[in-house]
Amino acid sequence: MSTQHSRSAARIMIAPATFLLLAWMLIPLCMTLYYSFRRYRLLTPDRQGWVGFRNYENFLTNPAFTSALINTLVLVLGVLIITVVLGILLAILLDQPFKGQGIVRILVIAPFFVMPTVSALVWKNMFMNPVNGLFAYAAKAVGLEPYDFLSQAPLMSIIGIVSWQWLPFATLILLTAIQSLDSEQMEAAEMDGASALNRFWFITLPHLSRAITVVILIQTIFLLSIFAEILVTTNGGPGTASTNLTYLVYAESLLNYDVGEGSAGGVVAIILANIVAIFLMRAIGKNLDA
Amino acid sequence: MGQISLNQVTKSFGDVQVIPPLDLDINEGEFVVFVGPSGCGKSTLLRLIAGLEDTTSGVIKIDDTDATALPPAKRGLAMVFQSYALYPHMSVRKNIAFPLRMAGMDQAAQDAKINAAATALNLTDYLDRRPGQLSGGQRQRVAIGRAIVREPSAFLFDEPLSNLDAALRVGMRLEISELHKKLETTMIYVTHDQVEAMTMADKIVVLQAGVIEQVGSPLELYHKPRNKFVAGFIGSPKMNLIEGAEAEKHGAATIGIRPEHMTVSKSEGTWKGVVGVAEHLGSDTFIHVHETGLMDTMTLRITGDIEARHGDTIFLSPEMDKLHRFDAQGLRLV
Ligand SMILES: Nc1ncnc2c1ncn2[C@@H]1O[C@H](COP(=O)(O)OP(=O)(O)OP(=O)(O)O)[C@@H](O)[C@H]1O
Ligand SMILES: [Mg+2]
Repeated sequence: MSTQHSRSAARIMIAPATFLLLAWMLIPLCMTLYYSFRRYRLLTPDRQGWVGFRNYENFLTNPAFTSALINTLVLVLGVLIITVVLGILLAILLDQPFKGQGIVRILVIAPFFVMPTVSALVWKNMFMNPVNGLFAYAAKAVGLEPYDFLSQAPLMSIIGIVSWQWLPFATLILLTAIQSLDSEQMEAAEMDGASALNRFWFITLPHLSRAITVVILIQTIFLLSIFAEILVTTNGGPGTASTNLTYLVYAESLLNYDVGEGSAGGVVAIILANIVAIFLMRAIGKNLDA
Repeated sequence: MGQISLNQVTKSFGDVQVIPPLDLDINEGEFVVFVGPSGCGKSTLLRLIAGLEDTTSGVIKIDDTDATALPPAKRGLAMVFQSYALYPHMSVRKNIAFPLRMAGMDQAAQDAKINAAATALNLTDYLDRRPGQLSGGQRQRVAIGRAIVREPSAFLFDEPLSNLDAALRVGMRLEISELHKKLETTMIYVTHDQVEAMTMADKIVVLQAGVIEQVGSPLELYHKPRNKFVAGFIGSPKMNLIEGAEAEKHGAATIGIRPEHMTVSKSEGTWKGVVGVAEHLGSDTFIHVHETGLMDTMTLRITGDIEARHGDTIFLSPEMDKLHRFDAQGLRLV
């Protein structure tokens, strides 16, 4: 397989795919960079030209930017905490032998197969709606005032919805990790006098550290770009209470018709995502080393 | 401390009874070895004693107190597992310290005990390594160290040497025996290697399908096997078991003669046969003899060497006082 001939043949055969991938990523990136330095408003498309860093200035000084930045971080962090903690608990629970294990496992995974827009709509209309929602019914049944989740606590509601979607993923990865824990290790710890809590803390949790790292890294990538859930539930509001960076970029370019500023926001978002990635790899990346 | 007794203990997994009612007494300071073929319930019995499995019925007493329902940690026993079961993310020091830490011992006392154990087991240079960075023998020693520091009333070993190579196994065998002499603590040791059983044990328990076939000292088992199973299981190469007319001559259903208890001659003897494969070990020679008319292949063990070629005819004579006789049920006749 590694003669000169076969290697060059391999290179030729991979080339189209590599080229396509490169084009797929590079062209949008370059166009975003290009537009971010141009004046390009859809309402006045004829007045175009280079504007230097003006778009960046506008985006970064936009009062919505700070709140979007904070919202993005709160959203990512909140969902991570909820999914990892509940994921560990659920994984431990599902690892216990009980009747109907197979069906319960499939049920737990189910939310992952529901499209984000659909699940957000289901939550918005069937659960959180202050008039017709199930939560409102429940509240009224015990004599409480129905709570309007999406306007009173929009960000928290979205965190709840997104956590519901991502919990299966975390649970699944953590469950497979738990299943690979050597049972003799647990028994040794039991004989060494470790209580159930100590066994969890000293044996199970360290064993799960690598899986938890994987869950955090993968989820962060996807959570930084949450969009559909916000669009169909709150539209980023009230005000900017539930606007994250992705949504702000959308709002700038397609609601304010300012493609230039939107592109600048996109570049800012890329830079921020990389900062988060570097920070994460520094903080927990060492868990991935064998 | 370290006296264990099992009274009518049984264990079933679902409908399958793995251990039928079983009685066993283990005295203080004894080195007891459980041997038996694979799947006969050795590990299960050990785990019952450890408390890692619940008994289906019966009573387990440790030091005269009923321990049947006690959790493993409360029984004062320490176990060394076949897979070592070290905690991979902790250093050797932390591994050994774990039981002490769980017992809430203060740091200074912990350090003293760890250092003593590390010195005794030659682990001082490795205390800051992770288990993954140790050889099999070193891991085994860490596992033993973790058991020692607890000062248990008895040690339980489940095939602790089966993952080691032959040379290391001999070395660790001696180390464990020496440890027993030094600590004088009860040890229960599971193995299917009869050399380990014979060399280490004060008392051997031979198991078959969850039933105790015989309990006794190694030499007792060798010289006076209670039945055909023990006779065939203890000793290497295996005892020759002969049935039929030849056995009836001795008034038994089966007679047994160990390979080392026969003399060989080229001209005369009790039984005649043809030489098959000869295995030369240097000090000993094992000769497989065919066409004796008594059994398929008879094994003969002689000290030193012998001029015997494949296909030669030889004569064998058993030493009559070393002949074992068994009745139709397989029990020993006196
Ligand atoms: N958890 C379990 N569920 C069902 N059957 C079991 C279980 N554990 C053991 N057994 C059965 O009990 C019997 C005894 O098993 P055990 O592990 O005690 O054998 P062993 O003597 O230790 O064998 P080996 O020398 O191969 O380790 C086996 O037939 C095994 O299939
Ligand atoms: Mg076993």
